[in-house]
Amino acid sequence: MSVAAAARTESTAAFGSMQWISQRLGTIVLHVVVIGLTLAWVVPTAGLIISSFRPFANIATSGWWAALSPPYAFTLDNYNQLFEQSNLGTAIFNSFMVSVPSTVIPVTIAAFAAYAFAWMKFPARDWIFLAFVGLLAVPLQLTFIPVLKFYVEHGITIENLTALNLPPWVGLWLAHAGYGLPFSTYLLANFFRALPSDLFESAEIDGAGTLTVFFRIILPLSVPALASLVIFQFLWVWNDLLVALIYVGGSPEVAPLTVNLAGLTNSLGQGYQLLTAAAFFSMIVPLVVFLSLQRYFVRGILAGSVKG
Amino acid sequence: MASVTYDHVVKRYTADVTVVKDFNVQIADKEFMVLVGPSGCGKSTALRMLAGLESITEGQIRIGDRVVNNVAAKDRDIAMVFQSYALYPHMSVYDNMAFPLQMQHMPKNDIDKRVKNASRILGLDNFLKRKPRALSGGQRQRVALGRAIVRSPKVFLLDEPLSNLDAKLRGQTRIELQKLHRDLQTTFIYVTHDQVEAMTMGDRIAIMNAGILQQVGTPGDIYDHPANLFVAGFIGSPTMNFVPVTTSDSTAKASGFEVKLPKSVPAGKGTLGFRPETVTDRIVDPASTIDMKVDVVERLGSDQFLYGQVGGDSVTARVDPKLKVEPGDMVHLGLDTRTLHLFDAESEAALL
Repeated sequence: MSVAAAARTESTAAFGSMQWISQRLGTIVLHVVVIGLTLAWVVPTAGLIISSFRPFANIATSGWWAALSPPYAFTLDNYNQLFEQSNLGTAIFNSFMVSVPSTVIPVTIAAFAAYAFAWMKFPARDWIFLAFVGLLAVPLQLTFIPVLKFYVEHGITIENLTALNLPPWVGLWLAHAGYGLPFSTYLLANFFRALPSDLFESAEIDGAGTLTVFFRIILPLSVPALASLVIFQFLWVWNDLLVALIYVGGSPEVAPLTVNLAGLTNSLGQGYQLLTAAAFFSMIVPLVVFLSLQRYFVRGILAGSVKG
Repeated sequence: MASVTYDHVVKRYTADVTVVKDFNVQIADKEFMVLVGPSGCGKSTALRMLAGLESITEGQIRIGDRVVNNVAAKDRDIAMVFQSYALYPHMSVYDNMAFPLQMQHMPKNDIDKRVKNASRILGLDNFLKRKPRALSGGQRQRVALGRAIVRSPKVFLLDEPLSNLDAKLRGQTRIELQKLHRDLQTTFIYVTHDQVEAMTMGDRIAIMNAGILQQVGTPGDIYDHPANLFVAGFIGSPTMNFVPVTTSDSTAKASGFEVKLPKSVPAGKGTLGFRPETVTDRIVDPASTIDMKVDVVERLGSDQFLYGQVGGDSVTARVDPKLKVEPGDMVHLGLDTRTLHLFDAESEAALL
């Protein structure tokens, strides 16, 4: 998109003029920055992936780029070893079981709350919203002890939940939902507020009730905001180690990938060849999520609603 | 189909912000009523109170015989076309028009029949599957009209529906709207700030200023007999000439000329009003002429307007387009005294 914009500005100035040169220069700088950023991201990623296919002896003695020239020596040893030594399959499954509900729950609640904050009238609305958003500033470490205490008192522990035939992650889901809600609500409320009020008034006259407006007008129009929120929240939960460690860290059979990963290498740094393979797994999922949702970021879905 | 009555309607936001003051209008069944006034005059608020989008602070609004003060917007049996069109951007043209009917839980067949019918009337047949963003401004405007038509409401409310169209399309749509009004045989209430739209479309016009209703009447009535200085200045283009005068008996004396009034008025100060088309190069009565020093000449082909000074006052004249006049010339023009207006200096009400 930025490239197209740059191309458009190019044509406005006469060839060779001062303006033309400065625009040209701007375009070049833009390209250099974009390419630089891309390289800065791609090179280490490629390095990590290539390393994960190299024998440990090679990893220890030469850089990953050495693998690109003969003699070629690629192996699946790291992956085999990883699957033997650790419960990687379970860990990946656990990560999904933690991340998906921990994304869906807060985003759903936040969408309803944001609609109320943005478009419904009730007493002290703005003060409640302010207090809600103020929670963004509370460090989540502060909440560990009270929340854990609450969980223990009310039986939201892994043992209890398993005994009740409930998913053992419920406590973790609720915690993540709580940590994600202030930001999610804030982001969505701001987005909903920016929707043209004419649409709501028109829907009101057309006879749409509050819930119909929410499901048939707000949600379809908010796909870009929801998509970005889902990406943020999913990435945060998927990559989270601290919260998972606190709430389910003691039980490897329910712990997610990050906890498993942390346990792979010991304090002396041994076994880091396994980390390359494990890191690949923990990376690939967020990448797929991002790539599959990123087109919603750029789609101007509101075009054509108001103004001629 | 129904009449609409505004009965002493007041809209107040806070104790000292009153946007509509004691508004009284009766709109007959099947009438095309235009609410016109400068921006911020309260015309849109008046319409939105009728639509149910704003609460009514005091007074009553009736649709037919029913008081609608506490009736929800959707139950008032009205349809509204917004200035921005307010189309649902994620729905196709068909779904946009079907939406209000779906909300009424109308059977699918009936919805289909009505949408097809409306799209035929508006020439939208070929666009039913498109999204609003793939339509031109004029087409979007028609979709907004279509969404109102399908409901066959008792009253159509239109809030500046033409202001986002270019000048040519606006002219066409003005005519189409009048045809539509004739075909639908429904009450139309149309809000605009454009006096040309008001004059050309309205059966009657209600002029508002600063929250107060100034005058209600047919376009001809308002043009010929403005009730006060504001109405006289708002309607007509170029604007009516206003010249401060001193009156005594039946003559009015301005800084550069003197005219005989058709009837005697109390002596004092006032504002004399006469439209540009009453100042021409055809001198009918040698007793009422003015000498104007021309500042600007506007040739429109069909008309020629002269802007200049008469004594110490600015005057606009409409003369024969063939007349050769240059800025700086002194011209001798006739003033038609049959349509003079005189306004009170204090109250600005029409005295003549």
